[in-house]
Amino acid sequence: MKKRVTLIDYGIGNLLSVSRAFEACGAEVLQTENPADIAAADYLVLPGVGAFVDGMRELNSRGLVEPIRAACASGKPVLGICLGMQMLFTESDEHHLTPGLGVIAGRVEAIPNDAGNGHWRKTPHIGWSELITPSGINWQGTIFTDLIERPAAYFVHSFSCVPASPTAKLAECEYEGIRICAAVRQGNVYGCQFHPEKSGLIGLHIIRNFILL
Amino acid sequence: MANIRIIPRLDIKGPNLIKGIHLEGLRVVGDPQEFAHRYYAEGADELIYMDIVASLYGRNSLKDIVRRTAKDVFIPLTVGGGIRSTDDVRDMLRAGADKVAINTAAVKRPELISEISRRFGSQCCVVSVEAKRRPEGGWEAYVDNGRERTGLDVIAWVRQAEQLGAGELLVTSVDQEGTKRGFDIELFKAVTSAVRLPVIGSGGMGSQEHFNAAVRDGGVDAVAIADVFHYKRMSIGEVRQDALAAGLQVRKL
Repeated sequence: MKKRVTLIDYGIGNLLSVSRAFEACGAEVLQTENPADIAAADYLVLPGVGAFVDGMRELNSRGLVEPIRAACASGKPVLGICLGMQMLFTESDEHHLTPGLGVIAGRVEAIPNDAGNGHWRKTPHIGWSELITPSGINWQGTIFTDLIERPAAYFVHSFSCVPASPTAKLAECEYEGIRICAAVRQGNVYGCQFHPEKSGLIGLHIIRNFILL
Repeated sequence: MANIRIIPRLDIKGPNLIKGIHLEGLRVVGDPQEFAHRYYAEGADELIYMDIVASLYGRNSLKDIVRRTAKDVFIPLTVGGGIRSTDDVRDMLRAGADKVAINTAAVKRPELISEISRRFGSQCCVVSVEAKRRPEGGWEAYVDNGRERTGLDVIAWVRQAEQLGAGELLVTSVDQEGTKRGFDIELFKAVTSAVRLPVIGSGGMGSQEHFNAAVRDGGVDAVAIADVFHYKRMSIGEVRQDALAAGLQVRKL
């Protein structure tokens, strides 16, 4: 029996690669902006590229905020990717302070360009960075089950998440002298700052783990 | 910094993967699909598709190739050649591209850079620059695969592109392209110190030493490689291993 994955289409960005990556992992994908489909989902994926304020506006205008919050509270597996991860948080200061879905406590902040000593940290952070296990966190039983140590994944972002609780942080990565939150977990709600659908075999492994939750 | 990216570059003419010298004198190498799959399996960090005749004939045959590749290649795909408007960008992204590279259209109408970044995000807007050395020093930007002069100074042009919202630069040395004699390191150095954008260096790789110099001395964030991979002079794994051995930070597989 194929796993049924509901991919939220809220008019931002390109869902093709996300959809194809889940299909390559054996899932059946439903792309939808219908709140009823989201309420009925077995596995929910919130993708996204672009600005936080645009993303939240599109979710709000389609009446998707409450159904997504309800899905997160219900304990069914939810995965936010890139902007989708960021929108799970309380708020973001991209452009101006904007409230998010408020599922995971914490903020979304700009990656600081000032790297000290007159050095400039480039943004966006583009490219492959290694996922690091924060101390005290175990990947077994999560979407990172059975990954190699410090696997590299593909990132493209200028803002990053700062969870209020350190235990929400499932993975970090290093970028020019600072640690960036690379993934979060709160029960069955997951967020990846990187793009699993663009991270080759490592990414497909993570997607397979997600649909096995 | 992020890991240095190793990016196979596939120049396309019609349905074929081709390779030239100085971006001209083209030879058919094979089926781009086959090569893209090989590079994905070998651990490429990204792929670049460049339709090298699209801007000459005002058409773009690349969409189908991109669509088929995106089906089962799960790494970032940059696509260039013949993109003139934000609608062209939208179509290319819908076909499965993650970023688009623009050159001719950006030179003709620089605001296109801003329009693309505003609509799709700067991460998706790669400005492609074909640079040719000037006898008096410096470089001039060319379009149409190094055939047409623009009169633009490369360094002034990349600064302007950054101001307008480009997310990344693809810098190809027309002089070195296809020669296997090494990259134009001076060009890379001049560009990477003029802008704060990630820079992909392209044109001239013949040996590992060239790769190492592009990163170490040229300061590029990624290296685009065609000939060396197409003709299996080295595998992606070999370039990766040798770069690690030389102390460069590349992705470990």
